[in-house]
Amino acid sequence: MLALLHRDLLLAARRPADALGPLVFFALVTCLFPLAIGPDPALLAVLGPGVIWVAALLAMLLSQYRLFEADLADGSLEQAVLAPGGALAVVAAKTLTHWLSTGAPLVVAAPLLALQYDLAPTATGVLALALLIGTPALSLLGAFGAALTLGLRGHVLLALIVLPLCVPTLIFGSGATTAAQQGLAVGPQLSLLGAALLVSLVTLPWATAAALRLAVE
Amino acid sequence: MAHRERGDLDGRADTEAPDAPDAPRRALRVERLGCARGGRWLFRNLSFELHTGQALALRGPNGSGKSSLLRQLAGLLPREHGVVEGAAPASLAYLAHQNGLSLDLSARENLALATRIGGHALSPAALETALEEVGLRQAAAMPARRLSQGQRRRLALARVRASARPLWLLDEPTAALDGDGEQVFARLLTAHLEAGGLAVVATHQPLALPLPRCIALTLGPASSRPASSRPDPDIASATAVSAMESAP
Repeated sequence: MLALLHRDLLLAARRPADALGPLVFFALVTCLFPLAIGPDPALLAVLGPGVIWVAALLAMLLSQYRLFEADLADGSLEQAVLAPGGALAVVAAKTLTHWLSTGAPLVVAAPLLALQYDLAPTATGVLALALLIGTPALSLLGAFGAALTLGLRGHVLLALIVLPLCVPTLIFGSGATTAAQQGLAVGPQLSLLGAALLVSLVTLPWATAAALRLAVE
Repeated sequence: MAHRERGDLDGRADTEAPDAPDAPRRALRVERLGCARGGRWLFRNLSFELHTGQALALRGPNGSGKSSLLRQLAGLLPREHGVVEGAAPASLAYLAHQNGLSLDLSARENLALATRIGGHALSPAALETALEEVGLRQAAAMPARRLSQGQRRRLALARVRASARPLWLLDEPTAALDGDGEQVFARLLTAHLEAGGLAVVATHQPLALPLPRCIALTLGPASSRPASSRPDPDIASATAVSAMESAP
């Protein structure tokens, strides 16, 4: 598992464009909305949390459809599935690497981009915290979709499978930020977001591993 | 679903008892194994045994199920029909058509990480020796992307060699290899068998084994040459250990 993680991190470092792409996409999309909507601080503050969350969601998915593709093509996926750790270790290493290279930069960049939406400092803090809890769940969901659609042509199916499953994370994540913006308690929303992450964590890796084993058959 | 029968399946094996003084240990047993792909049988009722120090040369025309058999033995394809004993994931090393190399990593990194992932990390010195053995010392720092197909195959063989697993499952191991590479492969395989290992090798070329350790199994229609008439010097005597059933 550690060796797999080492390999995946090394590969991610060799292909920086794969990790930079989603971050640039995220920044661009969140910048486009204020330009399109116009300089109305009150409206932007209302829209901000939702826009940032949807942009983060799409940026995570954008980078995920080829999570296992290169490894399937060059045969290293087969080898890793046969290794002592099995498919579950592959899923763990890939998902963690994906979150570190894609999710974590989004968490760091989000407070900066939130400035455009005139979010209150507490709301910005809650936004970063909610993304910190929510993006790993999105990584797990995306990995599941990527494993299910592995070997298929076209990647629309991945979005169709994964986007509906992302709804709880999206609702609680942007809900927490909106609540903070309005001065309401954020505990319940963040707890539910954490619950969504935990449910993803205890169910999805096994389903993803099963899908991978089917894909290498 | 109607299975279109390939009634004239022909699987035979030629075998010679190993000349080891002690009784040979049965290490891999396959009994009545079948593989159906896309609604038809690739092979059925396939049975053979492999003892320590023996290699099985798997022959047959394209599409006769050589790769599928190897993948079944490796556990990548389900073994729905029949019994396989002695092919636990922890005891085998599998070399597929693809080499299993990450093209963005160097040859050395590929080998080091592949062995660590396989659970048998090499020391730096052992790593260099393994690369030297397959003639890749000079190219060790090159990304696998820049290696030729033959060099990639050598690197994949080095991984199998370094795995220290008793059962090797090799799918066209000499594909893309030059003459020297084939000799390297023959050396590795011989050393492996002499150390008591086993190998199942799908190949179109005669295995250049100087030892009477090789049995052959031919998959595919009877129109292909039967194994017993092959002039391979490495096949000494013929005994059919597997017979095919033609009808369900």
